[in-house]
Amino acid sequence: MNESIHMHRAEKLWLRFGFLMLAIFLATITTASIIDGISPPSRVQTIDPTKVAQTPPFDHPGVRKISPGHYEVYYVAQIFSFNPQSISIPVGSHVTFYITSSDVEHGFYIPATGVNTMVTPGWVSSVSHTFTKTGKFLIVCHEYCGAGHQFMAGSIEVQ
Amino acid sequence: MLSTQSPLRNAENRLILWHIYTATGALALGALFGLLQGFSRANFLVMPSWFDYYRMLTAHGVLMALVFTTFFITGLCTFAVYRQIERSERSLTLAWVSYATMLVGTAMAAITILSGNASVLYTFYAPLKASPWFYFGATLLVLGTWGVAADIFANVIWWKKRNPDTLIPLSAFMAATTFLMWIIATLGVVAEMALLIPWSLGWTPGIDVELTRMLFWYFGHPLVYFWIMGAYLIWYTVIPTTFGGRVFSDALTRLSFLILLLLSTPVGIHHQFMDPGISSQWKWLHTMLTYGVVIPSFMTAFAIFASFELAARRAGVRGFWATIRFLPWGNPVFTSAALAMLLFIPGGFGGIVNSSYAMDALVHNTMWVVGHFHITVGGPVALTFIGAAYGLVPVLTGRKLFAPKVALAQAWLWFVGMTIMSLSMHWAGLLGAPRRTSDVTYMGASGAQTWHGEMLGTALGGTILFISIALFVYVAVGTLIWNKPESAPSDFAFAPLEPEALPTPAVFDRLPRWGAVAILLAVLAYAGPLQEQLSQHHYLAPGMRTW
Repeated sequence: MNESIHMHRAEKLWLRFGFLMLAIFLATITTASIIDGISPPSRVQTIDPTKVAQTPPFDHPGVRKISPGHYEVYYVAQIFSFNPQSISIPVGSHVTFYITSSDVEHGFYIPATGVNTMVTPGWVSSVSHTFTKTGKFLIVCHEYCGAGHQFMAGSIEVQ
Repeated sequence: MLSTQSPLRNAENRLILWHIYTATGALALGALFGLLQGFSRANFLVMPSWFDYYRMLTAHGVLMALVFTTFFITGLCTFAVYRQIERSERSLTLAWVSYATMLVGTAMAAITILSGNASVLYTFYAPLKASPWFYFGATLLVLGTWGVAADIFANVIWWKKRNPDTLIPLSAFMAATTFLMWIIATLGVVAEMALLIPWSLGWTPGIDVELTRMLFWYFGHPLVYFWIMGAYLIWYTVIPTTFGGRVFSDALTRLSFLILLLLSTPVGIHHQFMDPGISSQWKWLHTMLTYGVVIPSFMTAFAIFASFELAARRAGVRGFWATIRFLPWGNPVFTSAALAMLLFIPGGFGGIVNSSYAMDALVHNTMWVVGHFHITVGGPVALTFIGAAYGLVPVLTGRKLFAPKVALAQAWLWFVGMTIMSLSMHWAGLLGAPRRTSDVTYMGASGAQTWHGEMLGTALGGTILFISIALFVYVAVGTLIWNKPESAPSDFAFAPLEPEALPTPAVFDRLPRWGAVAILLAVLAYAGPLQEQLSQHHYLAPGMRTW
């Protein structure tokens, strides 16, 4: 801070508090990112949306078992549905979702979980989650995609 | 005596009134749509197909976020510059041409939206393709604001040439800094329009979707700071006049505006944390820079409350509650701004959550975000502007404020309505309710019932807000229709400075230099992600009309 600016002692304390709070937040986020790998979904992989139906693995959307407890699920988002519409997986599974759009911008969101990504035409989105509870989970498109956007949903049965 | 008012001053006042009343009109129409949205989401009604939810949502977003705010700020900043840089002769031609350009652009965009040919929401994400008239209209609105900026800069330069060794008067400095930031920010949306317009006309076959998203948010976040700088101008230099207060520190006020100029733009990717195609290191960088732009808000909070306390002390009042009681709660100008400040405390902290890198996954595109921007732009910004209108209209017209008690009730109703609505929205978002969706019941799907109660709360808060806006329109229109000019328009002076504060460094006044640094920071923050976008094989999307 420029020495020539007059600053009240109370204001210095207040700003120090502000800086410290932000520094703690940034340190927490950075540590979680480096040590626990908690980062926003940031896959950089392109695809031609006009050829999604011919491009493996999106030519056969659905669940793939990788190893016991590990699954990959491939989704095609299109107005106004997800393909596959519903899937089921065993409880305790670690699931990596891959989603791409064959038309406009969509979203892929499982309410009240950290599974949340945009689905941009031309790109493949990816996000992982471990399902520790049984039940039926809702998947919704959370980006406006047109007149039927409110119907664009899917489900995951965790058994 | 009316004669004390020069013809030039009268002409300036008329110009500014047009800005303020255009903003009021946009707010009134936007509020009606907002009310209907709340009712739709609470399942009280289903919008008919000839005026569907998404058309209305687009109109609400554009009218509130782009039209109401922009017209108010252009009016406010022009007022600040004209009052602080007094001239015996001043051409208002550029200012009127700019206003007319903004108005024509707004009308073009609004008619296109209301006719159902641009149901693309206020973010107009490609490849949703609106009618070209929508893009033309939005571009004209922005270009009109560039004219307002040119007028502000021309007046400040005129003054600086005649007073090379004096600082630009504080409010005029704030207005010029706000518009310098605005020019840098709107370069992004104008560049986006340069891609969208030929594409919407069918001249280019496709559009790079992710590039347009990046250009939009390069503009979309500083848009938020454009609103906040307008509100801060009022908090720093107008609100103290309501209780005989002073600006706490000239130097720190300018410093906070300079930080806002520098850091408003290089932060936009925090709106794209959940986007594919942008590597996580760029997202981390924009998290850090977004935290930086929190600092001027901390400074502002301190300075504003200090100006309250110092004024109270000069009046011999000491202690927390005594200071609260000292403040002019009977004055709607003060009360609106004070309640707005209270709303900004949770609003600001919520913003830190949203900009916190991976934590955004918990709230991105949920109702939480809708709650956040209603308790920020709908709270601190809109309520401050409404309160300022209660102060400005009498100054500009020489008429007393019509029904000041109604104005006071209006501010409190706004505070209560916004608290209920925004809290409900935040909570619904944490439960998982998505935003931008006409009906969130998903045909009774399991998991979608949890947020219905919050949707009812949203509709209740929205109803109170609608009543509050109706009262504002009643006061604003009543002042013009039922109150006659009775005196010379009351003299207005921005708040004086605290005499004890030490001098402000002269370098603060070198706005072109600060503008250059701001551009450099924006380039540094965006060079990496842009290069990543452009170097990938990208797909050019044809336009689609999915509504």
